[in-house]
Amino acid sequence: MKDSKPFEFNDLQGLLRFSHGRLTDTCFMLLNIVNTTLAKQWLNAAPISSASTIEPPPDTALQIAFSVQGLRTLGLKESVIADFSDEFILGMTGDESRSRRLGDIISNSPEHWNWGGDAAHVPHILLLLYARKDGMEIWRKTVEGEHFFQAFQVQTLLPTLDIGVIEPFGFADGISQPEIDWAQQQSTDLHQRDSFSNSLAVGEVVLGYPNEYREYTTRPLIDPQQDRVATKLLNAIDEPALKDLGRNGSYLVIRQLEQDVPGFWQFIDKETDSIAEKREQLAASMVGRKRDGSPLVQPAVEPISGIVSTNQNNHFTYESDPDGYKCPLGAHIRRANPRTGDFPPGVNGFISRLIKILGFGLNRPDDDLIASTRFHRILRRGRSYGPLLAPEDAVKKDAPAAERGLQFICVVGNISRQFEFVQNAWSMSSKFAGVQQESDPLLGHREPLLDGNSTAYFNRPEPAGVMHKTCHLPQFIRVRGGGYFFMPGLSALRYIVALPIDEDDNSL
Amino acid sequence: MTPQSTFMIVATVRDGQVENLRSVLAGMNKSIGQADPDNSLVPFSQFVGLHVARFVIVDARTAEEISAHGITPHPWRPSLVFLGDCDSNTNSFLALLAIRAGPGLQKIFSFCEGFSEQNHAAQKSDLLAWMKVHNIQPEANYINTVGRTVTQVHEEAVLHQSLSDYLQEISVDVGRENTRALRQKLLSYVELEKHAGRLSLTPPEATPWGWKTGNLMHKFGIPLFLILLSPLFLAAAPFLAWRLRMLERSDPEIVIRPEQQHVRQLSVLEDRYSSNQFNVFGDIKPGIFRLYLLRFSLLLLDYAARHIYNRNFLTRVRTIHFARWVLMDNNRRIFFASNYDGSLESYMDDFINKVGWGLNLVFSNGVGYPSTRWLIKGGAEHEQKFKYTLRRHQLASEVWYKAYPDITAYELSRNSLIRQGVETRQSSDAEIRAWLSLI
Repeated sequence: MKDSKPFEFNDLQGLLRFSHGRLTDTCFMLLNIVNTTLAKQWLNAAPISSASTIEPPPDTALQIAFSVQGLRTLGLKESVIADFSDEFILGMTGDESRSRRLGDIISNSPEHWNWGGDAAHVPHILLLLYARKDGMEIWRKTVEGEHFFQAFQVQTLLPTLDIGVIEPFGFADGISQPEIDWAQQQSTDLHQRDSFSNSLAVGEVVLGYPNEYREYTTRPLIDPQQDRVATKLLNAIDEPALKDLGRNGSYLVIRQLEQDVPGFWQFIDKETDSIAEKREQLAASMVGRKRDGSPLVQPAVEPISGIVSTNQNNHFTYESDPDGYKCPLGAHIRRANPRTGDFPPGVNGFISRLIKILGFGLNRPDDDLIASTRFHRILRRGRSYGPLLAPEDAVKKDAPAAERGLQFICVVGNISRQFEFVQNAWSMSSKFAGVQQESDPLLGHREPLLDGNSTAYFNRPEPAGVMHKTCHLPQFIRVRGGGYFFMPGLSALRYIVALPIDEDDNSL
Repeated sequence: MTPQSTFMIVATVRDGQVENLRSVLAGMNKSIGQADPDNSLVPFSQFVGLHVARFVIVDARTAEEISAHGITPHPWRPSLVFLGDCDSNTNSFLALLAIRAGPGLQKIFSFCEGFSEQNHAAQKSDLLAWMKVHNIQPEANYINTVGRTVTQVHEEAVLHQSLSDYLQEISVDVGRENTRALRQKLLSYVELEKHAGRLSLTPPEATPWGWKTGNLMHKFGIPLFLILLSPLFLAAAPFLAWRLRMLERSDPEIVIRPEQQHVRQLSVLEDRYSSNQFNVFGDIKPGIFRLYLLRFSLLLLDYAARHIYNRNFLTRVRTIHFARWVLMDNNRRIFFASNYDGSLESYMDDFINKVGWGLNLVFSNGVGYPSTRWLIKGGAEHEQKFKYTLRRHQLASEVWYKAYPDITAYELSRNSLIRQGVETRQSSDAEIRAWLSLI
């Protein structure tokens, strides 16, 4: 543990610290640069929001992130780009193997996406505008300014619509978020993190700082002797002679997830013989929370670092429910954040630690199957889209059809260890925690395994022994678009803008 | 109990024949990353006791790294490796291979030195003799559960599926709370299904006495040997520790990010099934100290795998089916091959978070490994470096076969527990409920 020192928020984009929850109106734009000079002029003047606190809180916010193609177009050299992660360089859809791991196959396959599916034409910039209710029109005009449409081509305007604190299926959303340890006070030592903590090392979401392994994630470091423009950058903390393009930046993952709200509720309604109480129960066990956000397991008795105990909706782990009687093992939120520590419960003292390290002393056949959660957290910043449809209306046969869903956004320091791991090993896997023939009840694409085994079940373990099985789950969520972006720190943004460009190269 | 055994046939590929061999091997695949179990060269599915098998062309991609230690890289010529794990002893399995896959193996090995084309028409016994000569033993070997046969795996998977379906059928009528009645119905159902020939639960065979004796001698012999040597070790300990720390401080740390193209070639083979294959190959650090340290670590590992970790888990890791550590090229290089569940990212995270110390013990003696402290600290804990080094030293399997590619090691152990519940009577209701919850 180090001495606490204040984190310098003024170089960080605001989205890393705030979800801009009070700014309910959003406009998410995917842009292509058509005129690099004008684009740079615009970027130079763009009022990108920092993470510093301002009193009173601002009524608007603007965040920006670039795809690798965007950085290339703005003149970042290939030799610098090469030090970003492979996932970012190749993109979400650039490699069929990645798509397979993410479950982006069959109906989720990038070839069917509305945007981002063609790896050769990934949008250059993701621009995120936030405003208070009814304030977007003015804010958008202000942001765009004079030459916006000469500089950029709007490739896609992502739909978003504020429907309150719920997601389209009707469940309270965004409750569980890691608490970033800005003061860097929590130990990341492998011997001091036996049980779950919600506090997360800065390096897990911001590049240029130690992550949960006490290491600095690979990112471009530039020698200012070689590149004069790099003096605009901050120093790398681990290598002070070099300038850190990654510092205060982060990877941003966005996926447009289309939710079949009537399909979801009508399936559950059919399974529960239209009994409202049972319907709510089944839906809640699939999500892992009731609609109001309350978890299915008891609040934790012991304090959890990074969650105040009065936060009843978040102050819990699954330690009291190892069998999944209260919250099924395969429930959506249990997969996405299993709240495990570095060791299975019951380590107290040297001997029991040694026994566990050697693999003995398991309490149950499926003990210790889930990886430690702290290496696989994501900070979510998504927004929903489509008109509100209450579950009570969604169950009706004539429920109004509309495109509804989530613009899922998360920010991470390591795309493969965080977002891709959660998506692959926890959400989509039909082998998570020893479950049987099920993938994430919400996200799963239900494709059988190659050996023919189904993944379209949802099982609720019961104290009596026999599991309650729900079969033939249809696909409720389809991926409609997505991409990997880099959200630079503000110095890094100034550097990118200041990069020399070839004047003739104003091509797409 | 039927003990498992391994084989690993290694032969140098003739000059200029690597690509030809590669394309012949590719012909054994149904599609990329998926072996055709019925391919015409080595029809894997016809070998009932074959758990896993693979063909790898072992090339020393990272041979230059050792220059950082001031050593001239030793030349290495690409070699074909054919390895697998099976339920019979190695010699009888090789004999069976020669009979059932003779022409196919002859075609494959004809790309290798010492296996002349003229042998083509030769006797099967020549092929067998050649394979025996080229078969090498692992320095350490891991079997997830010693004694679990392929037949058992398949039978128990069918048992689980049929019990699971039937339980859902009857649970409403019988009542979920009525555990004893449910159990009785399930047991009768098993008998009926067995009678109808839809289910079989072959009883385990008697353990071969030769294996039993050898195993027992190994079990007590190794500790005895170590105890006898311990005074020597104790006396030398300060020197050994000093030498270790000196090397750990002075060994160059060569960590190079793997090339995108290399990663792409590897990952295209992965995550098609629930299990995956993994090979790494690299140089052992120079000097007698490192070699003996490595051999000693592998001796302990092999002992632990054989006598302690022979049921379902290798320390905290429960996703490995079979793994082997093999010294090659006159003890200059080490080859590691494993069969594991899940994606490589989860496998590597398991390595780091659950058994980093164990990996360090062995692989820190390899060139290009992140630096360690006191043999077990550091190393794999340098997550990014460790993942880079693993990927960089990884080799693709040209052909990979697993008799049950979508069944995880955990599921194998669960299915065995379900079977145990069929064959032995639980005494309490709680035990019956625990059994039912597995189904």
